[in-house]
Amino acid sequence: MAYVSVKGGERAISNAHQWLDEMRRGDTSVPELEVEQIREQLSLAVDRVMMEGSCYDPDLAALAIKQARGDVTEAIFLVRAYRTTLQRFGVTEPLETSRMAVQRRVSAAFKDIPGGQILGPTFDYTHRLLNFDLYDTGPAAMAPKAVDPVAETVPTIASVLAHESLLEEPPADAPDADAPYDLTRQPMAFPAGRDQRLQALARGDEGFLLSLAYASQRGWGNTHPLCGEIRMGAIAVEFTPEELGFPIEIGEIVVTECQMISNFEGSADRPPQFTFGYGLTFGHNERKTMSMAIVDRALRHKEIGETPAHAVQDEEFVLYHSDNVEASGFVQHLKLPHYVDFQAELQFVRRLCKEWHEAREGGEDSTTNDPLIAEAAE
Amino acid sequence: MNAVTNRKLNGAYNHAYLDEQTKRMIRRAILKAVAIPGYQVPFGSREMPVPYGWGTGGIQITASIIGQDDVYKCIDQGADDTTNAVSIRRFFAKVADVATTETTEKATIIQTRHRVPEAPLKEGQIMVYQVPQPEPLRGLEPRETETRAMHAYEEYGLQYLSLYESVSAFGRIAGGAGYPVLVDERYLMSPSPIPKFDNPKLHQSEALHLFGAGREKRIYAVPPHTDVRSLDFEDYPFEVQHFDEVCALCGCSESYKDEVILDDEGNRMFVCSDSSYCTDRRNAGHAGPLAGHVLGQDDPDPASLEDAQ
Repeated sequence: MAYVSVKGGERAISNAHQWLDEMRRGDTSVPELEVEQIREQLSLAVDRVMMEGSCYDPDLAALAIKQARGDVTEAIFLVRAYRTTLQRFGVTEPLETSRMAVQRRVSAAFKDIPGGQILGPTFDYTHRLLNFDLYDTGPAAMAPKAVDPVAETVPTIASVLAHESLLEEPPADAPDADAPYDLTRQPMAFPAGRDQRLQALARGDEGFLLSLAYASQRGWGNTHPLCGEIRMGAIAVEFTPEELGFPIEIGEIVVTECQMISNFEGSADRPPQFTFGYGLTFGHNERKTMSMAIVDRALRHKEIGETPAHAVQDEEFVLYHSDNVEASGFVQHLKLPHYVDFQAELQFVRRLCKEWHEAREGGEDSTTNDPLIAEAAE
Repeated sequence: MNAVTNRKLNGAYNHAYLDEQTKRMIRRAILKAVAIPGYQVPFGSREMPVPYGWGTGGIQITASIIGQDDVYKCIDQGADDTTNAVSIRRFFAKVADVATTETTEKATIIQTRHRVPEAPLKEGQIMVYQVPQPEPLRGLEPRETETRAMHAYEEYGLQYLSLYESVSAFGRIAGGAGYPVLVDERYLMSPSPIPKFDNPKLHQSEALHLFGAGREKRIYAVPPHTDVRSLDFEDYPFEVQHFDEVCALCGCSESYKDEVILDDEGNRMFVCSDSSYCTDRRNAGHAGPLAGHVLGQDDPDPASLEDAQ
């Protein structure tokens, strides 16, 4: 008699985890990856794990990628579960992105902009042909240095357009702006403020936001976006300790920022002008930053006076479902046993099934021979 | 957890994993939940080292209330030996250094997924439920802004309409697990996906019942001696599941059963879903038609497991 085991045991769990460790290491005749190699050579994966893991620490992100066998969503989860235990010292000063040490900065709105277009290290314009030379290790590639240094302060596209009041003013900070909404400490609340919305989008899954942004471009919530500016580079993080009373620099982080511009034809309350969507991520991630900016703009329909009609404009839909740690956990919890609920379903369906057959065999249907009920069932 | 992480983080976690400020925040939410039975209290749910949907809400409640003198029991589908129950029990044995048990009577805190134990609960015991979806109305109305208003106005017509629709479609009120209840005649509440067989155990219970939904960031409670009424109609009264089969191992005719497929020819047996209850009955001399049959593989001595890690 074939035997089906229904209960899991402690030994099974322990063995499974040891097997996982073995699979992570792979063929032991191949040298083991070092965390530093991941940090330096898989840096865009590291950037994504830091961003969606909400923790700027390239070493931890690289360790998580190694432990997760390259599964980025799993690595994000590992970083989140570590981050949540960290102590909070306080809130930093807002970043001044105009003071960024720009490595890349392009605008699709103007051919030339104050500060110039800087292509930086981008996949754009590369031919996506596999480079078989990379099968072998070789001498490090070196790029030539610019003759003139980049200006220390590069104005943002918003300040360029501000002179003509063609771009809407950023909304004023909320009265409690000193304490920005923190989704990792407070539950989601609606209607969501700008801080809550931008935090949720910044932590949100890149693929989810990309698809929403794409859908909106295709007419499912059209925002007519245009990339006003995208910039990437290092920026100083400042913090004001209470005992000092003035800001001190506590470190430097690399961020990507995007100002997405949409035209707006005007309404009874507002003159025609350009409106904006905002995106900001840790590290270098333009796909995520641009998607975030488009979705941010779509979710601002109420401020602008548009009628929402699509998923991308529905903040409950977008903000509740953008988090991949929540989504991945809940979808995959279906692997957990459900035999108690299934037993209840099974009993119910068996009973209905029995009645269905009885009704057809006997010509009598106990549930629908009452004309009132039969009518209601239709 | 990876060996590198363990080496570096050894001793870096507080008693029962959560930091004390977080525990205080969760305890405040629990107190509010107890004060307003059945009301869903939003709380700052933390990211936990197990995935969402795998018990993060229940684990946070347990972590916030568990003390050195507690005796902790954890079940999934009624059984102590299901994989996730084993995993969570080991988590608290490790991070809270707490005594664990499989015996319902000995436990002070019983964390559960999908079942309420068969043995009557006593004063002083706390049931902690893992809740996937705290909002009983979510299947009828996807918007949180709407459902919160419905609770505020005690506007539960939609729920009754749904019950009526199932009567008209099936000739009875459908719903096997997660059957909605009205708590203290005020708040509509999801009892979590326990079979409706277990719903009556919540009514005027001696124990405190705490419900934690980590992903949805809500805590709610049924205090001891509180009315919990499963929704129904006068002409279609609430009824629980009944099994024609007795437990193959202990012969019990009252308990909720797991159906165990024995082979690929359709042979099956029914056993108590509550493994502790079934064991107690067998120890007391009760025997079913397949008494002596061993379910699953033997678990090794836990001590040898610790060595293996």
